[in-house]
Amino acid sequence: MERARCLEMIYSELTDTLVVTIMGASAQELYNLGHRENFFYLQHAMGLASSIGLGLAMHLPAERVVVLDGDGSVLMNLGTFATLARYRPRNLIHIVFDNGSLLSTGGFDSHTTSGITDLAAIARGAGIEHVAAVDTAVGFGEAFIAALERNDLSVIVAKVAAVGPERYGMDLQLPENAFRFRRWIQHRKRATEQTS
Amino acid sequence: MTVSYDNSKIIFDGIKAAGIKSVSALPETWLGLLLQRAESDPDVQLVQVAKEEEAVGVAAGAYFAGTPHALLMQNHGFLGAINGIVSLAQLYHVPLCMLIALRGHWGEPYPWHTRGGIVTEAVLRALGIPFEYAREPAQVAKQIREAWTFSQSSLSPVALLLTRDLMED
Repeated sequence: MERARCLEMIYSELTDTLVVTIMGASAQELYNLGHRENFFYLQHAMGLASSIGLGLAMHLPAERVVVLDGDGSVLMNLGTFATLARYRPRNLIHIVFDNGSLLSTGGFDSHTTSGITDLAAIARGAGIEHVAAVDTAVGFGEAFIAALERNDLSVIVAKVAAVGPERYGMDLQLPENAFRFRRWIQHRKRATEQTS
Repeated sequence: MTVSYDNSKIIFDGIKAAGIKSVSALPETWLGLLLQRAESDPDVQLVQVAKEEEAVGVAAGAYFAGTPHALLMQNHGFLGAINGIVSLAQLYHVPLCMLIALRGHWGEPYPWHTRGGIVTEAVLRALGIPFEYAREPAQVAKQIREAWTFSQSSLSPVALLLTRDLMED
């Protein structure tokens, strides 16, 4: 299973959803499907995508938040599973694409290679109730739909191949991404307040 | 020496008076009474993290969400959060209003706090993070308000260093 294929499958569901990605291939593959103002690409600060997601989800309970994480990044911030479990935001879906590789930095094996470290088990052990471990496109699609319908904190660990996009590059400066992402949220908040 | 009950209340009231609605923190001794207040106050959302660098992410999420947020941490937590501060907050121009307990400085009896205390100011300077020392209870509410204001106008991390004079009786 390829991560790009998984992203294609869920892309149409991400129209009104706040999406936070990690650096490198994950960010690029989502961008390549078509950037939206509700996408934030964390191109550094490895490990913090899920923490940003937590901050968004807790402070915007009416919005849905999807975090697109990776094994290398989440291994840098394993405490995030415990913090997510403690606050259990019902509007957060945390997807961890596990390719067993530090692909963006030369393809070195990560600790999850060959099943040594089980991220789904870590998430469960941290206290997250709804954790799916999938390794097929169908399984991923089903897990994502179940997470959308569940309305509770959900973690999906998806085993994917260690492949990325052929080319990297975005027509978007990093602060510009942050400014526009925030503006999109604030416009939406104001629109909701006016209609309610 | 005990943590100052009165000054913890003054600081917490100052946080609220600055319009801050959400606080992320990793508990530490000097911040304990403050965090108890945050925990029991329905107008303040408290997010306790497992490591201070997570709080940088949480703070960025709160900023994008439009909720005024402050980070409470010990200086050693600040030292441990530097990559997040640099490569999320500074890189993306996300403001951080950090209230940092300055352990390991003048009057510090515990050896384990001392190195972190000695280097904190130099690290803040190296990172280009504006900072002030909070020593006087009569001044601290104003300092919190100004730290908040400056973080938002500069889109930068700023630090208010909570000193022993303020935090202990």
